[in-house]
Amino acid sequence: MAENAIELVGINKSFGAVHANRDINLAIPRGTIQGIIGENGAGKSTLMSILYGFYQADSGEIRVNGKPATIATPNDAIAAGIGMVHQHFMLVQNFTVLENVILGAEGEALLNRSISRARSELRRLEKEYGLEVDPDAIVEDLPVGLQQRVEILKALYRGADILILDEPTGVLTPAEADHLFRILAQLKAEGKTVVLITHKLREIMAITDNVAVMRQGQLVASRATKDTTVEELAELMVGRRVLLRVEKGEAAPGDVMLSVRNLTVKDGRGCTVVKDVSFDVKAGEIVGIAGVAGNGQSELIETISGIRRAESGTVSLKGTLLDVTRHVDPGDLRDWGLAHVPEDRHHVGLVLPFEESENAILGYHDHPRYRKGPFLDIERIRQSAREQMTRYDIRPANERLKTANFSGGNQQKIVLAREIEKDPDVLIVGQPTRGVDVGAIEFIHKRLIEMRDAGKAVLIVSVELDEIRSLSDRILVMFDGRIVGERKGDASEGDLGLLMAGVEQREAAE
Amino acid sequence: MSTPYAKLPAWADYGLIPLINLIVAFAVAGLVVLLVGENPLRAAGLMLEGAFGSGRNIAYTLYYSTSFIFTGLAVAVAFHGGLFNIGGEGQAYIGGLGVGLVCLTFDSILPWWLTFPLAILGAAAVGAGWAFIPAYLQAKRGSHIVITTIMFNFIAASLMVYLLVGPLKPANSMAPQTRNFLEGGQLPKLNWLIELFGGTVRSSPFNLSFLLALLCAFLVWLLIWRTRLGYEIRTQGHSPKAARYAGIGETRIIIITMMISGALAGMMALNPVMGDQGRLQLDFVTGAGFVGIAAALMGRSHPAGIVPAAILFGMLYQGGAELAFEMPNISRDMIVIIQGLVILFAGALENMFRPAAQSLFASISPRSMGVAASRSGGA
Repeated sequence: MAENAIELVGINKSFGAVHANRDINLAIPRGTIQGIIGENGAGKSTLMSILYGFYQADSGEIRVNGKPATIATPNDAIAAGIGMVHQHFMLVQNFTVLENVILGAEGEALLNRSISRARSELRRLEKEYGLEVDPDAIVEDLPVGLQQRVEILKALYRGADILILDEPTGVLTPAEADHLFRILAQLKAEGKTVVLITHKLREIMAITDNVAVMRQGQLVASRATKDTTVEELAELMVGRRVLLRVEKGEAAPGDVMLSVRNLTVKDGRGCTVVKDVSFDVKAGEIVGIAGVAGNGQSELIETISGIRRAESGTVSLKGTLLDVTRHVDPGDLRDWGLAHVPEDRHHVGLVLPFEESENAILGYHDHPRYRKGPFLDIERIRQSAREQMTRYDIRPANERLKTANFSGGNQQKIVLAREIEKDPDVLIVGQPTRGVDVGAIEFIHKRLIEMRDAGKAVLIVSVELDEIRSLSDRILVMFDGRIVGERKGDASEGDLGLLMAGVEQREAAE
Repeated sequence: MSTPYAKLPAWADYGLIPLINLIVAFAVAGLVVLLVGENPLRAAGLMLEGAFGSGRNIAYTLYYSTSFIFTGLAVAVAFHGGLFNIGGEGQAYIGGLGVGLVCLTFDSILPWWLTFPLAILGAAAVGAGWAFIPAYLQAKRGSHIVITTIMFNFIAASLMVYLLVGPLKPANSMAPQTRNFLEGGQLPKLNWLIELFGGTVRSSPFNLSFLLALLCAFLVWLLIWRTRLGYEIRTQGHSPKAARYAGIGETRIIIITMMISGALAGMMALNPVMGDQGRLQLDFVTGAGFVGIAAALMGRSHPAGIVPAAILFGMLYQGGAELAFEMPNISRDMIVIIQGLVILFAGALENMFRPAAQSLFASISPRSMGVAASRSGGA
């Protein structure tokens, strides 16, 4: 057997004018964990998609176990022993674990034989790798961490020797992530090869043997993990030195600007997702809401910003009580000094087919500044969009370009510029830097700190614990719709992790 | 996993793609003509001749186009708001009631130029009113607008039959139609416009409502791209979530958009009822509501695209009629097939050639194009 599980030789791939992968050479030794890092759009996902048969390389060669392999479809990849765990799980929600595992490998027309075969195989995998899952559980009832385990089982059941994981920890609590890493270590010990795609440098340092850094479609560096540092990797990713920690002074909290009392909210299906939540945000402080995605944070900020109706409870904005159980017009809230950068910029914060200048007025299109009677003052709008793009370094600086054609970081800057420039008193930001590249993260964080220092009340919600910790003056942790704890900004990760996992806290917060 | 496609330059997007679709549609139509044993080239010649061969033919072509501009605009406005108004047919039919009632009431006391604005208001109001009910049901109860507007087409048809064989029919008349309008209820013809360019027209139904249609096309452009209301309509159409975030009332926008759409469809009735027949009769819409959907699709919901698309369909209507007359093997049904093919390729299969064109353009001039941002979050 060859020493390398996978060799990529001179891989090139273009989409139209974009050279997504440029002459990539990478050898992944058998029985190791290989990390691949890079900013958004650096070409990591494209490279893995080529390896897994979603795309075909324009040129280059893939060798699996030393032999050249043609991988035209995911089936070819599976046959070659390559399995993939996608960032967004590919599971049938209302099937059992067993049914999901045999999906696509059912064998014959009648299922009973393949099911019993799968059952015994699962038992073996469980013993070997510590991958415990109840085979008869319905997938939608399982927590995300377990769903991910089902994905891994699916790949192993198909005989994968090489496992690719695409951003596997994005949806996990720190504890779940640790468990995943133990499983990966176990897989490695059994001789499997693991490829881990991530943008979290900490994970790379913790678990990988080797790391490859991609930037703008090129593989810019390959290191043995033990010979590198987080700082070096960050610099390689971005191409310049980056500040990983945000520099900020002490907060000087003033009056209460936003006050939430006993807020209870139901989601579209009628489940109560926010339960009796109360907190304040003062002028001149950043309050961060930490929590694993899906614990009610999204619904909470949607309610505060008028998008969703509450079942009960109140919200006061600068001392004015809002009846959030009735419809509150987000337009009115803007007039009263509340700005909101939504979590989902693609569908909520922006209208992607619009020109940039049109998005620069979304929500403010009734503002006297932008209108002439029933008409929009197009000249004015474009002019101010141009100025905004300069101030926020939004590239390309073309206000007539369709918003869909901007990168994630620049799209986020468009939303942020729009909301900050109206000089709100209260700023709510959902996932400030989701899908945003490292360079833009630094910029966005600085702006948020500036808002705080200008005496604004800032509320942020993020699933990135690092981000919450580096920005917040106070941290509230949400679990299962409740605020289960409050910590200072310098709380330890382990402490917050326990809260996020819903571990009962005996001692009082503080 | 998203595949980033290179974006096409605007001229290719709005010009080249429709042209390719059209050529393919005619090529397939040519095969059909070949199949029935006629020469496709001669058929095409006859069709063009029939549509544009003389002043009179041009006048007929533009007469049909007028109706399609109205209904095309109606469908387009709804499209921008994310609504698929299939009810143009019914809204136009019922709009005829507005025109008819105004003309029957005022034709003896007012000159046409005073009746006309009233008839416009009548047509628009009745069309808008007819669209209001499905719009309200969609906005308040979530009843799907496609289903309700289709059903309202049938209700409109039944209602008009009832009215035209009953209350609106003059006593002693056997025909299901109103009495003929007097001078004050008839629009002047525009034959002089064609004669201005050297054509000769002895008689044609081409009338003043053509100019109204062009004016409406301009007003729709103004509405959609230059007003705050249009901005709200487009936001709602592209992303209801973003609209809610921006404080744009969904109910209000759905109802207003559909009423504007219904008003435009209703105004289509002015063309045949007041401009040509001079009376309200059964089935004067003759499918214009549905052709409007094709015109809007082909015109990419932009007035500057809808007007030429409507003229193209007008040409198919008029030229097709002449073709059926000249080539006995080609029946009226064949013409419908040809029209159907155009609709199929220009409308339903609109995106068929787009990926090929995009990769072609990307390989020819990579720098001329912006590039769609990769939406894959995995990087």
